[in-house]
Amino acid sequence: MADGIRVLSLSAWFGSQRVLRNVFVNIAPNEVTAIIGPSGCGKSTFIRCLNRMHEVVPGARADGRVLLNGEDVYAPGTDPVTIRRRIGMVFQKPNPFPTMSVFDNVAAGLRLAGVRNRAALHEAVERALGQAALWDEVKDSLGKSGASLSGGQQQRLCIARALAVGPEVLLMDEPSSALDPIATAKIEELILELKKDLMVVIVTHNMQQAARVADATGFFLLGELVEFARTREIFTSPRDKRTEDYITGRFG
Amino acid sequence: MERLAPAGAGAAPSRLLPGAASASARSAVSGDRLFRALLRAVGLGFVLVMLAMIAALAIAAWPAIRQFGWGFVVESNWDPVQESFGALPFIYGTLLSSILALLIAVPLGLGAAIYLAELAPAWIRPPVGFLIELLAAVPSVVYGLWGIFVLAPLLRSWVQPFLGATLGWLPLFQGPPYGVGMLAAGIILAIMVVPFIATVSRDVLLAVPSQQREAALALGATGWETTRVAVLRYGRSGLIGAILLGLGRALGETMAVTMVIGNRPEIAASLFAPGYTMASVIANEFTEATSDLYLAALIEVALLLLVITVVVNALARLLVWSVGGPVKTVRE
Ligand SMILES: Nc1ncnc2c1ncn2[C@@H]1O[C@H](COP(=O)(O)OP(=O)(O)O)[C@@H](O)[C@H]1O
Ligand SMILES: [Mg+2]
Repeated sequence: MADGIRVLSLSAWFGSQRVLRNVFVNIAPNEVTAIIGPSGCGKSTFIRCLNRMHEVVPGARADGRVLLNGEDVYAPGTDPVTIRRRIGMVFQKPNPFPTMSVFDNVAAGLRLAGVRNRAALHEAVERALGQAALWDEVKDSLGKSGASLSGGQQQRLCIARALAVGPEVLLMDEPSSALDPIATAKIEELILELKKDLMVVIVTHNMQQAARVADATGFFLLGELVEFARTREIFTSPRDKRTEDYITGRFG
Repeated sequence: MERLAPAGAGAAPSRLLPGAASASARSAVSGDRLFRALLRAVGLGFVLVMLAMIAALAIAAWPAIRQFGWGFVVESNWDPVQESFGALPFIYGTLLSSILALLIAVPLGLGAAIYLAELAPAWIRPPVGFLIELLAAVPSVVYGLWGIFVLAPLLRSWVQPFLGATLGWLPLFQGPPYGVGMLAAGIILAIMVVPFIATVSRDVLLAVPSQQREAALALGATGWETTRVAVLRYGRSGLIGAILLGLGRALGETMAVTMVIGNRPEIAASLFAPGYTMASVIANEFTEATSDLYLAALIEVALLLLVITVVVNALARLLVWSVGGPVKTVRE
């Protein structure tokens, strides 16, 4: 059953501009997969297609099939809301709900899903904050505003918020690009830890980061998936000339 | 800064003042200072004008203040012949008609704002927004005439009989249907206040960063849940500000209310009954106030109205401003 994400002929548009071209890829379960490529190549669009966040932008549409453990995310009649509960997302800029406390931030997704039981909420919030390696830092200030944390803590709060609903996949769009090196290291450590429980797909423009955390890496260029392979292979013996140019810093 | 400018030879000043050429850095700094002093003077000037106004009103109202003391605000007789003045009916009328207006205008205004900011297709937004703003530009005497010739007859022959028949067990909806009265005033005020609430709220909602909406959507929120959890909550202090702005306007509105409220200084439980507001009594009776005490009493009403509206507006401004900065997204 857990056979990961299979993407079949995925294309995406903003209005009439085509930003993804016939992407085929198999993303393995219980692995970290990195998406790299120059900016504007469609990395964000690609992962936003996986949990149907792409279509919330006016004029944006996608075409193709995305099988999450065998089920087509784009099957007619599929509610994007249920897909987004199964595939969580963390954004580039930490975006906690500033009017909510730390606790309420993490509980937000569960409350949206209709969980009202206080004990269950407490348990889930503690577990998610633990998974996000934030529990020890905030356990005495769960009532504080989510916006009062440091940038790195805010991002881990957002990770906890996404984890609380128990997703099968966590998508991360350059989750540490707004953070300092120490906060970045914490997030990377966390990703390696999370891998035990769920799939992680991380977009990064930092190739060292991809090399450090990812088992498999895909390289995008101009909306095309140029190469997808084991991370080590991508960085040591890329098959495509364009991948080689990119990782050796000849462009991008 | 004085020491840095010559030593840094261009680099330091331009770092301090992005976009300013090094040669003009010094004059830009002093221009900045001048500008700030000017703004401070203007700001202080407004405060002084306001204080002077309150003081002038207080002095002119002094005979009434001395004569009636607190009785002026808690008593409800208003008898120019006997020269005995209690302003409670006007205070009551002003507050009740404004609250009534808000009860009607807040759902309408917020609904319109949510529609315009969150739901409406992009091409609908400018024309509808423009129409709503246009409503704010209609002179209030026109609203008043409309109230007399359209709204009051409508209330008299349809709405009030219906309310009396269905909700007549409430004291609020008892008594003869006159048409003109507190209900008509509340409705007219609501119509006049909706554009303010709707446009300010719309701008508050549009200022909510899209990352907040995406955060909620990515958690599996539906469209309405996203509006509720991410958008309305984020903008709530701005929305309260918008409502208080509307309230400030309702409190001070004179012409249209005077034309439809019935102008009788009584405190009645029924919304069908005529009432009177502070602004209306000043407008109606100022020219007939022959004695000094009568005049002073009217001026004291003005003073009370000013104080109430200043407090409400100050609250509104504070809340609208605070919405600009409650959020620290990334703190490093
Ligand atoms: N909201 C949008 N509206 C229109 N075009 C967009 C939007 N977001 C991204 N694009 C375009 O889509 C292409 C891919 O963007 P994106 O997926 O964000 O790239 P990346 O994440 O790799 O930097 C770019 O050419 C970008 O200009
Ligand atoms: Mg991107």
